[in-house]
Amino acid sequence: MSLLEVRDLSKSYGGVQAVRGVSFDLDAGERVAMIGPNGAGKTTCFNMLNGQIAPDAGSIALGGRPLAGLPPRKVWRLGVGRTFQITATFGSMTVRENVQLALLSHHGRLGSLWPLASDAHVEEAEALLERAGVKELAARACAVLAYGDLKRVELAIALANRPRLLLMDEPTAGMAPSERGDLMRLAAELAREARTAVLFTEHDMDVVFEHADRVLVLDRGELIARGSPGELRADPRVREGYLGDA
Amino acid sequence: MSGSAILLQFLNGLAGASSLFLLAAGLSLIFGVTRIVNFAHGSLYMLGMYLAVWLSESVGFWPSALTAALAVAALGAAIEMSLLRRLYPVPELLQLLATFALVLIARDFALWAWGPEDLLGPRAPGLEDAVEIAGGRFPEYDLFLIVVGPLVLAALHLLLTRTRWGILVRAATQDRDMAGALGVNQKWLFTEVFALGALLAGLGGALSVPREPANLTIDLSVLSDAFVVVVVGGLGSIPGAFLAALLIAEVKAFAIGLGFSKATLVVEFIVMAAVLVLRPWGLLGREAAPLRGPAALEPPLALPSRNVLRALLALAAALALVPLLSRGYALVLLSDVLVFALFAVSLHFITGPGGMLSFGHAAYFGLGAYGAGLLLLRAGAPMEAALVLAPLAAGIGALAFGWFCVRLSGVYLAMLTLAFAQIVWSVAFQWDAFTGGSNGLIGVWPSAWLASRTAYYYLTLGACLAGIAILWRVLYSPFGYALRASRDSPLRAGAIGIDVRAQQWAAFTLAGLAAGIAGALYAFSKGSISPETLSVPRSVDALVMVLLGGIQTLTGPAWGAALFTWLQDSASREFDYWRAVLGAVILALVLALPGGVGGLLGGRSTR
Repeated sequence: MSLLEVRDLSKSYGGVQAVRGVSFDLDAGERVAMIGPNGAGKTTCFNMLNGQIAPDAGSIALGGRPLAGLPPRKVWRLGVGRTFQITATFGSMTVRENVQLALLSHHGRLGSLWPLASDAHVEEAEALLERAGVKELAARACAVLAYGDLKRVELAIALANRPRLLLMDEPTAGMAPSERGDLMRLAAELAREARTAVLFTEHDMDVVFEHADRVLVLDRGELIARGSPGELRADPRVREGYLGDA
Repeated sequence: MSGSAILLQFLNGLAGASSLFLLAAGLSLIFGVTRIVNFAHGSLYMLGMYLAVWLSESVGFWPSALTAALAVAALGAAIEMSLLRRLYPVPELLQLLATFALVLIARDFALWAWGPEDLLGPRAPGLEDAVEIAGGRFPEYDLFLIVVGPLVLAALHLLLTRTRWGILVRAATQDRDMAGALGVNQKWLFTEVFALGALLAGLGGALSVPREPANLTIDLSVLSDAFVVVVVGGLGSIPGAFLAALLIAEVKAFAIGLGFSKATLVVEFIVMAAVLVLRPWGLLGREAAPLRGPAALEPPLALPSRNVLRALLALAAALALVPLLSRGYALVLLSDVLVFALFAVSLHFITGPGGMLSFGHAAYFGLGAYGAGLLLLRAGAPMEAALVLAPLAAGIGALAFGWFCVRLSGVYLAMLTLAFAQIVWSVAFQWDAFTGGSNGLIGVWPSAWLASRTAYYYLTLGACLAGIAILWRVLYSPFGYALRASRDSPLRAGAIGIDVRAQQWAAFTLAGLAAGIAGALYAFSKGSISPETLSVPRSVDALVMVLLGGIQTLTGPAWGAALFTWLQDSASREFDYWRAVLGAVILALVLALPGGVGGLLGGRSTR
């Protein structure tokens, strides 16, 4: 049985069918890229996977547990971490506090009214920040960070609950080429060591071909192709529809 | 109820719906384009009433109604050009406060111009009689009103869909920036829309003159009705406002017809609650785009330094020594300062770190005060028990109202909190037998051992400082962080397992409990309670305190409470029209000093 099983997932907004009958599997430790032109339905898929929106039809199971229709906070508790296309962090807190809060939530301590939050899980937070490569920013306010740094802070937050599935929506957008490699190597490390399944969307084909074990190609809401990067490079439909003849 | 009685009650409801619709449609229209919730909308309605009564003495009712509506429209245009234009870029809390300042000024103006007595208007010439309908008699004028509502709806619909101007208004409602980028002259569009909204409000007021007398409290009562209508119908939707006005007016008419005239507001509340549970954005409303939070760029909350803690402890010690120096008026004033500091800090707790705009926090202060008085006088509880149990009543109220409030955000939330507060006020005001009605409760005195001014001062000092300290401390706890997280980014908060609504609900309840403590202490220090204790102006007082001290500072609201209480105490002894003075101070503050006094004094460093 695969870690993640997605079956016949569909969602429409008014008259627009954003996602139509999408099915795929993800195994533990696998890195899979979801690609497709703007409006292909990638973010809608992600939003259904982490509970941001409920699908119209279809099922999602993580380790055999159904999660379609659950709110994001419950999906997170089942072990799904997420970074957003437009970064979402807590602007009035420091970078470290952002991660500390995620850790407090992971350890079930959000209801406590007395202990100081800034003293909680300091070492664990620092370790996650180090891992994401932003340890030196720990004391900075999130509101003033550059976009590329925020992406990595988001990653540190997403790792706080040791996710079984990590969803990264355009993780390398806004980053310099060298930073992209670093970030994707970190994802590879997670997949290898913690057996985390990583699903990411990406517009940069170099990143996709270098860092994905498999690729899913989405076009107008439908999965039109899937396979290893090598297979897809040879697929005429993908070349025509998405890669161009480059 | 017989068939004909039902029909008459139904027609009665339709007549009531018309002026409610005129008011709500204007409010909705103005919000759609300017994104400002005009708290002065009820005041425009009130001015329309007074002007119509006043002018009818010389020119007769029909010309006076039209003239009054046009005069109010002109006033609206003047307000937009002189004041609102400066407010579009400021945070919404400040916008709401500024329009509330206009409420205070308008009310004192009406008091000065027409006196405190209700003004009875003329009947409408040509429509003085009643007609026979289904065996009952029904006023002709009410039939006329029934026609006015749909006529105005149709006219607005044609205006918005068939004219070039209407297309511009709809474009600006959809996307202000894009309309501006396409070359629409926004300045005049905003002025025209505001004038149209004011015209509708003024007309609504003028046309209600033959049905009810003009009075000084109608501004807030029609405003809360209009808020209920707009929330139920969906903010920004004119047909939604019409539907909701029909629904609310009918419900009210039948509640009165069935003999529950005292329960109309409660029934209204139940209808609103039911709609909000099923459709959080109203009958025909759409989910609101996320609004600017009040604290988007708030710096991180650092722990206070040792020096700051020492200074605060020294201040507490100094307060404890005051009775050794003076046992006179200073103690009374300081007690008030302490009570209002706790009240303001509890409001700041949800409004600042919690990001929930509340315009009805006095409801919980008042529930604490009335809870204490009622437990003592009606249930015969000992004073000590009443003091401990009363805040629980406020907490339970906050728990019940909060459940609805946390489902909304931004201005929707502000309107809902105000509507709830108005409902609590009405119950206190109308239920003579239990709450003493407009006279309130007297004889709410503490037990003998607390009766001396000094003893009660120490009780107030201890309870308020402890309450403030606990609320501040909670902000540094995991709970407080999760609360701020829910404000900063609900999206990210949900994605790390935070139950945003539960977090906000708990905070709302905690703040209500703290406000209840302040209210109970206040009741026993004054010995009497009046409905004013939980009126909407009291809620605004608290917001002014928070604003005065600076919403982005932790200790600011406490300083703001001290400054405000002292200013109010001196001003109310010096000026007859001190509410208008307060309104002017609020306007000056919003325009000149949006960061608050705390920000000015370098309050940031004490965070």
